[in-house]
Amino acid sequence: MTPQTFLQLCITIAIITFATVLSRALPFFLFPAGKETPPVIRYLGTVLPYAVIAMLVVYCFKNVSVFSGSHGLPELIAAAFVIIAHKRRHNLLLSIAGGTALYMLLVQVVF
Amino acid sequence: MYTHRPTRIPPDSERKMKGIFIMKRKAFRAALPCTLPVMMGYIFLGIAFGVLLSGKGFSPLWALLMSVCIYAGSMQFVAISIMAAPFAPLSAFLMTLMVNARHLFYGLSMLEPFKNMGRLKPYMIFSLTDETYSLLCGVKTPEGVDRKYFLFFISLLDQLYWIAGSCIGAIAGNLIPFDSTGIDFAMTSLFLVIFVEQWESVTDASRTSSTCTAALPAPSSNGSATAFIRCFSIHLPALLGIGITLLCLLLFGTDNFLVFSMAGILAALLLFRRQCSPSDLSSLPPDCAAGQAPDSASAIPSKEQENRP
Repeated sequence: MTPQTFLQLCITIAIITFATVLSRALPFFLFPAGKETPPVIRYLGTVLPYAVIAMLVVYCFKNVSVFSGSHGLPELIAAAFVIIAHKRRHNLLLSIAGGTALYMLLVQVVF
Repeated sequence: MYTHRPTRIPPDSERKMKGIFIMKRKAFRAALPCTLPVMMGYIFLGIAFGVLLSGKGFSPLWALLMSVCIYAGSMQFVAISIMAAPFAPLSAFLMTLMVNARHLFYGLSMLEPFKNMGRLKPYMIFSLTDETYSLLCGVKTPEGVDRKYFLFFISLLDQLYWIAGSCIGAIAGNLIPFDSTGIDFAMTSLFLVIFVEQWESVTDASRTSSTCTAALPAPSSNGSATAFIRCFSIHLPALLGIGITLLCLLLFGTDNFLVFSMAGILAALLLFRRQCSPSDLSSLPPDCAAGQAPDSASAIPSKEQENRP
């Protein structure tokens, strides 16, 4: 159980909530809708999604170690399954549920 | 949302209300199928979160409270360890800012799409998680559907999935022990799927806009090399994202790399602005692109473009 009291837990949650909202709302305060957004910012708005999703994909694999444990093989196999399955079928359920189930099987049973 | 009101409403406003109701229902029905991938991801991930939280001895009510208020996928996993440790408000605050720093990027790319959201805007900003953001990047509002409510219902449904998943996990985790090892791969799968979809959408967009390439200076001479460079340049933002993040991961390690990689991506996108801006229109004579904002010249179908006359 937690060493924090009920009130401390509530404060912790409130702080995390506040910081999360702050990180999401800050750009909207910096560039209010009423004013014209600078072209550079608008350019970033159109290209960032591609770069950021790519970044998140890498982020998801950050704890994979190639030189120890299972050498990242479960991740590699499951990721390859997701990419190939999605390229072929474009079926979200198959890609996500299938990929997750395959990965769980690999880390719990095979490796 | 719409609830039953007392009777004796003038027929005129009743008809108007009915119209609004139908409009919202239509938007809801259009939004629901778009959210299916996030439903998959969030219910799995929510369950994983709930199981972990209840494993630390918290009741399901905490899971509910956190998913309603904080509502940040990966941060909530970090929050479990913050809550299980001694009270440290300042470090909780800084930790959250660091983990969520990528949200600044999301806000930047949603400045335009959220411009006309009206009173729904605060909720749209509050609920801008990784997954919702990635959906909002990709969806196109179907013909005849109210865009505002379409986007709103996507965001709302996503949070409901997350709340449902975390409550299921918290309750089930208290009842039956369940080996959830590897369940977090649902998030990885989701991002991979979105990555594939984005990649294909850029390829498609560049193919359909090939009429514009007639204006390009002779691409035919050494076709394959040009095609390769072209393919490389349309995917440049995604490739930069992968390359820089990998490099930063190798250089700075798992704990700090995200901050460096965000700075690196920002710098690289600004540096390669000319290459990243779609070649089709930027290489047209200036009068073709005159009066257009740089982003409207994008080869990427975006929501704003649809709404432009």
